Parts: sequence; C-alpha cells; structure tokens
Amino acid sequence: MKHIKTIETRNLCESAKNGGCGECQTSCQSACKTSCGIANQKCENGKKESK
Amino acid sequence: MIHQYKLGGMNIVLDVASGSVHAVDDAAYDMISLYEGGSKEEVTEKIYEKYKDVATKEEVHECYDEITELKNEGKLFAPDTFAPMAGELKARTSGVIKALCLHVAHTCNLNCEYCFASQGKFHGERALMSFETGRAALDFLVKNSGTRRNLEVDFFGGEPLMNFDVVKRLVAYARSVEKEAGKNFRFTLTTNGMLIDDDVIDFANRECSNVVLSLDGRREVHDRFRVDYAGRGSYDRIVPKFKRLVEARGGRNYYMRGTFTHLNPDFLKDIETMLDLGFTELSMEPVVCAEGDPYALTKEDMPIIFEQYEKLASLLIKRRREGKPFTFYHYMIDLKGGPCVYKRISGCGSGTEYMAVTPWGDLYPCHQFVGEEKFRLGDVWHGVTNHEIQNEFASCNVYAREECRDCWARLYCSGGCAANAYHATGSVRGVYKYGCELFKKRMECAIMAEVAREEEV
Repeated sequence: MKHIKTIETRNLCESAKNGGCGECQTSCQSACKTSCGIANQKCENGKKESK
Repeated sequence: MIHQYKLGGMNIVLDVASGSVHAVDDAAYDMISLYEGGSKEEVTEKIYEKYKDVATKEEVHECYDEITELKNEGKLFAPDTFAPMAGELKARTSGVIKALCLHVAHTCNLNCEYCFASQGKFHGERALMSFETGRAALDFLVKNSGTRRNLEVDFFGGEPLMNFDVVKRLVAYARSVEKEAGKNFRFTLTTNGMLIDDDVIDFANRECSNVVLSLDGRREVHDRFRVDYAGRGSYDRIVPKFKRLVEARGGRNYYMRGTFTHLNPDFLKDIETMLDLGFTELSMEPVVCAEGDPYALTKEDMPIIFEQYEKLASLLIKRRREGKPFTFYHYMIDLKGGPCVYKRISGCGSGTEYMAVTPWGDLYPCHQFVGEEKFRLGDVWHGVTNHEIQNEFASCNVYAREECRDCWARLYCSGGCAANAYHATGSVRGVYKYGCELFKKRMECAIMAEVAREEEV
C-alpha cells in the first residue's frame, strides 16, 4: 500500500544546470502590479532540462 | 526543509528545495513531521501507537521506507544549496533591461481614493508623455536589452488611454524597429475602461499580448471607490465596454483586475460577480495604501481573507470539474514547468531588468516608486546614473532578507515586493509581514488546487 503520492514537478535542483537564461517575464509586468510572485510565471528556456 | 499543511481534505507535503509536492495519508503526514527527530524504531513506534487500529506494524515500516526512498531521491528533506547562486542571474545579466512600464499619462479620468498612484499623479504634476520621450524610452530599452529577444512594455498611468494617440504611435515605432534589432515587443495595456471604443478594441487585440482591465467586482464595491470627478460610479459605463473587448479578444490574454480593501474582505463575492458577467481571467489584489487609511487591511481582516482564499480555491476546483474553468492569477502555478531556481532566488527585478518611465523620461525602479524622488535612477537619454540606488535593488534577493531564509515560500515569492517592503518598513530589504501571510496562504491554495487536479486525471 502506497502512503505517498508524489506529484510531478520540475526539480528545482536540476533546474540549476541549464537555468538562468533570463528570457522569462519580469515578475510584476502582468496582472498584479502590487505584489511579487514568481510561481505563476512561465519558463521560456528552450533548453530546459529533461525531467 | 519541508512544509506540511492540510487543506481541501488533503494532506500536502512540500519539499522546499527540490520543489517536490506530495499528497500523503495521515500516518505518512505525521511520520514525515517526526522523521528527522528520531531513529527508525522511535519514529515507527510512535506512529504505530497512534494508528494501530488502522495499520499493521508492517504497514508503518513500509511507510517509513517510502519516506526514506524519497529522501534518497532528493524529493524530501533536500538541502537548500542555492544561496551562493542568489546573485548569479543578476550578475550574468547585469545591465540588461527587458521590461519598461511606460507612464504615458500621469492623469486619470477617475478619482479613486484608494489609488496607490494618487489619482494617477504619483504625488506630482499632471502630465502626458510626449511621443519623443516615449520613443527615447523604447530606444533605451532596445539598446540596453543585450541578447534578450522578448521585450515587455506596459502602457500604464494614470489612465494610458488619455494619451492613446501617443500609445499608438509608440507601438507603430516599436514595430518598425523590432525586426532589425532582433527583438519582439510584447505590449500590455492597463486601463480603467472609461475610454474603450472600437478603435481601442481593435488596437488592443491586434497589438497587446495582454490587457489588464480594472474592475472591483460587485457594483456597490466597484462604485465605492472607482468614481469620476463628479463622484459618479463607473461600473455601468465600463462593464459593457469590457464585455465587448473581451469578446473580441478571441482567447488572447487579459485579466480582470480587482482591488479589495478593508471594506470588502469578502472579495469572493466580487470574483463571483466577475464570473457571472462572463469573465474568466481574474486577478484580485489587496489594496496598497498607508497603514491607518480607513480602507487599509487590518489584522482582524486576515482570518476573513484566508477563508476567502480557501473558498476561492474550492470554487476553482469545482468549476474546473464542471467544465466551467476560470483562472485566478495568483493560483496559476505550473508545477511541472515553472521558473528555474535562478529566477526563484533572484528577486523581482525592479531597478535592474525592469524600470518605470515617467512622462518626463525619468527612470524609477518600478511603478510603485515613481514620485519618490530619492529613488530616481536616471533618465531615458542618459541611462542609469544613480548607481547607489540601483545597487541596492541589484542586491535584493531571497537570501538578502533574514526573514526569508527559513520561510518555506521563499522559492515562490523570490523575496517579495520591494515597494511593499519599503512602504511597510522603510527599507527595500525589509519584509511586509501582512503581504507575506497573504502570499503564503495563496500558495498553499494554489498548490492544493494543483494536487486536486491529479485526482481529476
């Protein structure tokens, strides 16, 4: 019997390898304009690591 | 570091450093909280004592082994080794600017008391940006954008449509130079809707990758603040225009953006009003104002707001399951493909990759600092000259704030909003505690809604 169901997520440690291209949107430049969040932004890196 | 919480009938465990998310049963939930505090025997014994009516010893041991396996795979209790990388992205892209907020109009045709821009004037004179100044701003952006291809420009105010002719000319100018420069401009228009007509709709749908439309929800809530200079509410004038614009948009990005205050902490009703009107891309933001303002959010509002966020998440799941989905900006979270860790630890980018431009061509770290003279960075003709202030913003990252280092949400907020921090504490490296509490609640709800999605597959 499994007690834990792991949801598929991007591995942040792995993302350090090919990340940091800087092509993604700036944090505040869309809907909110009054609070910072980066979780809801898209990654625009074409060379993203395979999962 | 892990973060555990129960929400929506689920037990959720978040492994902060790896970004892993787990839905677990009660025994695993309790065991994960004990796991690092004792030996296998001690931990399994405690759990068995609690669950012996529903689980055998073997099952409890099996559960322990599952946790150990996930730990060995780096999906539980993963160490945060990112701190040395915190300044790297900004250093790597140093001097590269990729987004400007163009304040094309420091004036407004509405007189909303709660406006953080003080009715569009940003505590200064009323003014419209000239085409020449706007063109210089676009040239400045292209020149300073390095190898970055996508450039974002937001037409902001005040009310940008009060200077629509310049907006159109600036877009035409940008389109005329982008190809040769190897760039792709993405425009956003943020408007109160008063001046929307067919011409605006055509323009917005042709040229703007995103349109932000200000609507606070219920008529009485909207009209409490969003009034013209004669004191008349704007709801009945703007809603039909927003409907036409969104209908004509044909699925392209837009957001209905509301503000909630101390006077309507029950903002879910306002979101439901937006849904009833047929809008599905929604954002609802806590008011930004001085502490002590009659509409400022208070400590007593917090439990109400938390409950509203939880109910909103339930509504989002319910409607998704009914085939009537909607988007809430702060619950958009792509667990599989979200930002890389560099982005998550680098801070919001204000003052470095993102700046605001006043109608006079002055540069500020972001739209919320406009009007605060000491934060003036320079101008679009001479570039950034106030390096001291820029360095202060460049050094803002998630590890620069003591309070953020041990916060489970640090890789989702990237250290928070510098303007909120400054206005709450007097320092851009401060922490706006109410904002943090709201943010954490929203993230718990957003992650829960994604976990619930798994059950729908």
